[in-house]
Amino acid sequence: MSLLEVKNLKKYFPIKTGVLKRTTGQVYAVDDVSFSVDKGETLGLVGESGCGKSTTGRTVLRLIEATGGSVTFDGVDVMAASRAEVQKLRRDMQIIFQDPYASLNPRKRVKHIIGEPLDIHGIGTEQERRRRVFELMETVGLSAEHAERYPHEFSGGQRQRIGVARALALRPRLIICDEPVSALDVSIRAQIINLLEDLQDELGLTYVFIAHDLSVVKHLSDRVAVMYLGKIVEISDSDLLYDHPQHPYTEALLSAVPIPDPATERARRRIILEGDVPSPANPPKGCVFHPRCPRAQEVCTSAMPALAVTGEAGERHQVACYFPTRYEGGRRSVSESSFAGAQPGAAGPAGAADA
Amino acid sequence: MAERLLEVKDLSTHFFTHVGVVKAVNGVSFTLDREETIGIVGESGSGKTVAALSVMRLVPDPPGKIVAGDVRLAGRDLLALTEDEMRAVRGNDIAMIFQDPMTSLNPVFKVGDQIAEAIMLHQDKKKDEAWEMAAALLERVGIPDAKKRVNQYPFEFSGGMRQRAMIAMAISCNPDILIADEPTTALDVTIQAQIMDVIREMQTQFRSGVIMITHDLGVVAEIADKVMVMYGGRTVEYGPVDAIYYDPHHPYTWGLLGSLPRLDLAEKHRLQPIKGQPPDLLLLPPGCPFVGRCAYEVPRCRGEWPPLELVGPDHGVHCWIPVERRLEMRAGLPRFKEWVA
Repeated sequence: MSLLEVKNLKKYFPIKTGVLKRTTGQVYAVDDVSFSVDKGETLGLVGESGCGKSTTGRTVLRLIEATGGSVTFDGVDVMAASRAEVQKLRRDMQIIFQDPYASLNPRKRVKHIIGEPLDIHGIGTEQERRRRVFELMETVGLSAEHAERYPHEFSGGQRQRIGVARALALRPRLIICDEPVSALDVSIRAQIINLLEDLQDELGLTYVFIAHDLSVVKHLSDRVAVMYLGKIVEISDSDLLYDHPQHPYTEALLSAVPIPDPATERARRRIILEGDVPSPANPPKGCVFHPRCPRAQEVCTSAMPALAVTGEAGERHQVACYFPTRYEGGRRSVSESSFAGAQPGAAGPAGAADA
Repeated sequence: MAERLLEVKDLSTHFFTHVGVVKAVNGVSFTLDREETIGIVGESGSGKTVAALSVMRLVPDPPGKIVAGDVRLAGRDLLALTEDEMRAVRGNDIAMIFQDPMTSLNPVFKVGDQIAEAIMLHQDKKKDEAWEMAAALLERVGIPDAKKRVNQYPFEFSGGMRQRAMIAMAISCNPDILIADEPTTALDVTIQAQIMDVIREMQTQFRSGVIMITHDLGVVAEIADKVMVMYGGRTVEYGPVDAIYYDPHHPYTWGLLGSLPRLDLAEKHRLQPIKGQPPDLLLLPPGCPFVGRCAYEVPRCRGEWPPLELVGPDHGVHCWIPVERRLEMRAGLPRFKEWVA
C-alpha cells in the first residue's frame, strides 16, 4: 500500500484587486493533481518555475490549505484532520526548504533550530533533547561543537545540513524536499545529494523530491512526475521516463538540458519550444500545453486529456496527451490520429472560468 | 591565423576591505580570438565574474583595484586608457550580458528607451532612428511583435524576453567581444535553450568572440571552444574543451566532473563530491587555494603556487603533483572510465 496518496488535488489562489479586495480571478497553481508514493521510494516532481510543484508539496503538508481534492497519509485523511491532528501528522511528514539562507532563523543558535521541533512536540526531557540534537548533527555531518553557533557562521552547504537535521528531528517517515540543492554550488550539491541518499537507506525514509533540475531528479528518484501549468502531464518510472518520454513537453524538457560532455553535445538534437509558459491565472483551454506544442491539433484545444496508460510499460508509465510518442520494439513514432487511450479529463479551470 | 581580439596577462584584481585584502583574481591569463568562445568555469567566489568585470574596467573602485596585469584589445592597452576612452570601448568593442535580467534593466524606462540610449551613445543616430533600430534588434533576437514590445516596460516582459532585450542591447553596436555572465542561470531550461541559440546566432552573424562565464559544465560543453577553470581567484587549469572533459589534469576539475549527476547515463552512480567547504577568500593560503579540499595534497601545495605546466597543445595546469602520479590517481577515480569512453 502506498504511504502517501494524493487525489485530484487543487489549489487556486484568488486574485484580489481594488480597495475592496474583491476576487477578480484565480491563479490555478495546482489543478487536479493525483499521485501516490510508496514507502521507501522517492517520487520526483519536476517542472519549470510556476508549474505548481512547490505548491503541491506545501498543500500536501497543509502548510497551504487546498481548494479541493484529498490527501491520505498512511490511511489518515490529511485534509479532514483537525489542528491537533495535523500537528501530530507533522511528526511523520516534514519538509526541507530550498533556500538555506532564508529558512533558518538568524537569531537562533543551531541547537535551538534543530531542537525546536522536539520542544514543540514536547518530546523527551531537556537532557534527552540535547543528546538528540548532537546525534542529529552528527548524522548530517556537522560537528557537535557547532551547536552554539548561529546560522551566519556557516556556509550554504552546512546550512542545508542544519535544515536536513531539523527535518529529521521528529523521526519522520516522509520528507518533502523542496529544491533542497538548487541554491548550492556544484561540489556542495553533490555532498547534500549523497547525504539524502544515505539517510534514505539508513532510516527508510520516503521522499517527494521537488526540483527543476532534471539531472538531479533523475539521479535521486525512483519515479518522476512532470508538471506543466498546474497539471501532471506525464508520470513514470524514472528510467522509462528518461529513455522513452512520451509527452512532447517532457521530450522538449529533456532535450534542452545541456550534458557535460562535449561530444554528446555536438551530436545532440534539440527541440526548442516557442514562446513562454502561459500565465496560470489564465491557462489555455483544452490541453494546457497546446499553444506551444508542435503536435497540437484541434482535439487538443477541446479538453485537457487525462493521464492514461499508453505503452508496453502499463500502469508504471502514464501520459496526458492525445498524440503521445510510442516506442515499439525500440522504434520511436508519433501517432497521426488521436490516441484512443487518452480521454478528456474532468472539467478544468477553463470550464470553471466560463461559469 | 586566427585574429586575436583579446589578450589578458597575469591579471590581478584585489578588494581592499576593512577586514583585509580579498584577492578575487590572482594572476589570471587568457586569450580570445575572433569567432572563438571561451568558457570560464568556477563556483561562487572563484573570481570568474571579477575577471570579466576587470576586462571591462567595471570593478567598483574603491574597494576594488586592478593591482597587476595587462589587458590588450587588438593590441591596445585597456588599462592605460582614460575613463572617457574606456567608455567608448564599452558597448562598441566589448559588451556584456549580465546574469539577472530582472535587475539589470531599469524598471521605469521603456525597453525601447534603454536600447535606443545605447545606440545614441555610441553611434551618430537620431532618436527615432535609434528607436527603429531598437525594434529591429528586438525582432532579431526573436521577440515576437517587436514593434509593439519596444514600447513596453521591463515588467511586461517575461524572464526570457528580458534576457533577449539585454542581448539586443549588447549587440546594438556590433561588438567584437561579447561577455555573457551566467546569462541563463536565472532562466528555466527550455528558455535557456532559446537564449543559447540566440547567443550562438549573434556570434556567427557578427563574428564576435564570446566569453561565457558559468558554473554549469553542461553549458560549457555546449558552447565553448576552450575552457578556463577557476578556483579561489586562480586559473587551476585551462585547455581546449575536449581536453578539459576527457583529459582533465587538475584534481579540482576531476571533482567538478565527479559531482555532476548525468542525465545521459543509464546506470545510477554514486556522486563523488569534493570534500569540505569553499575557501574563505580572506584567508587564502600562499600556495594553491584548493588545499584542504584536495584529496591528493603534498606538503609543497600550501606554501607555493605551482608554475604553469603544459600537458597538451594549449592545455595547461597548475598542480604540484607530478604528471605520472596524477594520471595514476585519475585512473583510479570511479567515474573517470566513463568520461573517456
